[in-house]
Amino acid sequence: MTLAAETSAAATPRRRSAKGAGFDRAFEILCFTAATFLLTALGGLVVSLAIGGWPAFEAFGLRFFTTATWDPVRDVYGAAGAVTGTLVTSAIALLIALPLALGIAIFLVELCPPVLRRPIGTAVELLAGIPSIVYGMWGLFVFAPWFAKHVQMPIMMSAEPGSFWEKLTTGVPNGAGILTASIILAIMILPFIAATLRELMLTIPAQVRESAYGLGSTTFEVIRKVSLPYIRTGAIGAVMLGLGRALGETMAVTFIIGNAHGFPTSIFASGSTIASTIANEFAEAPPGLHSASLIALGFVLFVITFAVLALARILIGRQANL
Amino acid sequence: MNTQIEAPPETAVLQLPPETVKLTVQNLDFYYGSKQALFDVTVSFAEKAVTALIGPSGCGKSTLLRVLNRMYSLYPGQKAAGQVLLDGEDVLSSRVDVATLRARVGMVFQKPTPFPMSIYENVAYGVRLYERLSRADMDARVEDSLRRAALWEEVKDKLKESGLSLSGGQQQRLCVARGIAVRPEVLLLDEPASALDPISTAKLEETIAELKRDYTIVIVTHNMGQAARLSDHTGFMYLGKLVEFGETEQVFTNPVTARCRDYITGRFG
Repeated sequence: MTLAAETSAAATPRRRSAKGAGFDRAFEILCFTAATFLLTALGGLVVSLAIGGWPAFEAFGLRFFTTATWDPVRDVYGAAGAVTGTLVTSAIALLIALPLALGIAIFLVELCPPVLRRPIGTAVELLAGIPSIVYGMWGLFVFAPWFAKHVQMPIMMSAEPGSFWEKLTTGVPNGAGILTASIILAIMILPFIAATLRELMLTIPAQVRESAYGLGSTTFEVIRKVSLPYIRTGAIGAVMLGLGRALGETMAVTFIIGNAHGFPTSIFASGSTIASTIANEFAEAPPGLHSASLIALGFVLFVITFAVLALARILIGRQANL
Repeated sequence: MNTQIEAPPETAVLQLPPETVKLTVQNLDFYYGSKQALFDVTVSFAEKAVTALIGPSGCGKSTLLRVLNRMYSLYPGQKAAGQVLLDGEDVLSSRVDVATLRARVGMVFQKPTPFPMSIYENVAYGVRLYERLSRADMDARVEDSLRRAALWEEVKDKLKESGLSLSGGQQQRLCVARGIAVRPEVLLLDEPASALDPISTAKLEETIAELKRDYTIVIVTHNMGQAARLSDHTGFMYLGKLVEFGETEQVFTNPVTARCRDYITGRFG
């Protein structure tokens, strides 16, 4: 009986209405549009930046990248100072933030008493959401004066005249400069990197960790030899995203970097980044070479950030093959 | 017909002659937080022999295994009371260094857990923690371990490749090789074949039978046939208690307790 019922069901296959099939097609097109929308916007952005900045590239050629003169009065512009400022502050920020973020993540996952795990974890995630202008204000009004008095002054006083250390640390002891901006940047990207690393470490299967402990490893050996290699791929991504944020960070840096054009000469000297230069001058820049140079700066920042993310992709791809 | 049926005993635990014993568990209670998982377990594991622990899921076999190398102490809230004597020394004592203990009492888990490094490095990893070997000695140790784990022939030409590139069965044998490379005295196997296909399982069983000559082995398994084939002694656990322990042949052919008989004849579990 059941057999007969099955055969009769098989004889009349169920059909979808034509309407259903038509909707599926529309659905596909909708999804495709959504996917291409972003690409189109991105393409438009790149093209308009390139066109807007073209007069500057045309007027200064390669000198736009190799000179650090930024002089609106003589209408001469070179991006080297801002580019260097951007790269240096981001690199120092990463150098400070990465070890701290690793420490936070390892503490939260491996060592933290369970009672504290949630509060600290939540606090770290909340810190990631604080608007950058708040960091900037705090940096300028609270951190910079403290830093000038308690760190910058003693270091500058103790530096031997003529030494490399003295050259590295010359500057006006007002707290605003490359290093202060880097520290603020580090504080800003720290929660993001720490939270991401923590998430990654939580994905390590308990049995893998236990296997490592089971061979007689100490906690440090497990983390260094097994846990960190295990999350390596994701960790590179997290660090690069953090770096991306540091490169483009505007408000906090504008507040605290001192906004001096030209090549930064020491870690305490005032400087500028691409983003801070644009933020400071865009409103007042008259149409012409000044505006074009700022747009060209934007284009350069775009390229740098894109290169960082592309590098991350390549590194992740190489690790994934291992 | 026998009308005078004597009620079978609740528990039946064979005492092994002390000179053959490597590892002894005495009056062990174990707690996950406030939930008690082991109740007054007392059992001995003979040296250079395989002891199988069987019983339905959740009966405490794996928990018992995790006490033997103090793996539980990674997790706050889990605690053990009682004694676990390795060559007469209480390993639950806080004076015992956990890392050194775990180097002496190795463990292989249910699922293969290769580390994210090359096949060679997977095996060499544990050795490097405790020994400084020359390049040649390390090569020899790695080869020996892989041979004992019946994996050498399959990987000898790709030792530099990632351990993750192997098949599941190969990964599990890699984990066995990694475990024996550090020359532990006791090897704990927690359902090592549960994720493997029959051919890999057969290879792993051969490996275990081979390893018995040098190591004291404790294996947790759901596979009755495996326990019967491999082990010299078998312990049957139920609801956190050790119900029956004895020679494997006796436990499987002539179980003394009713629960063990029901389990082995397939009435429950």
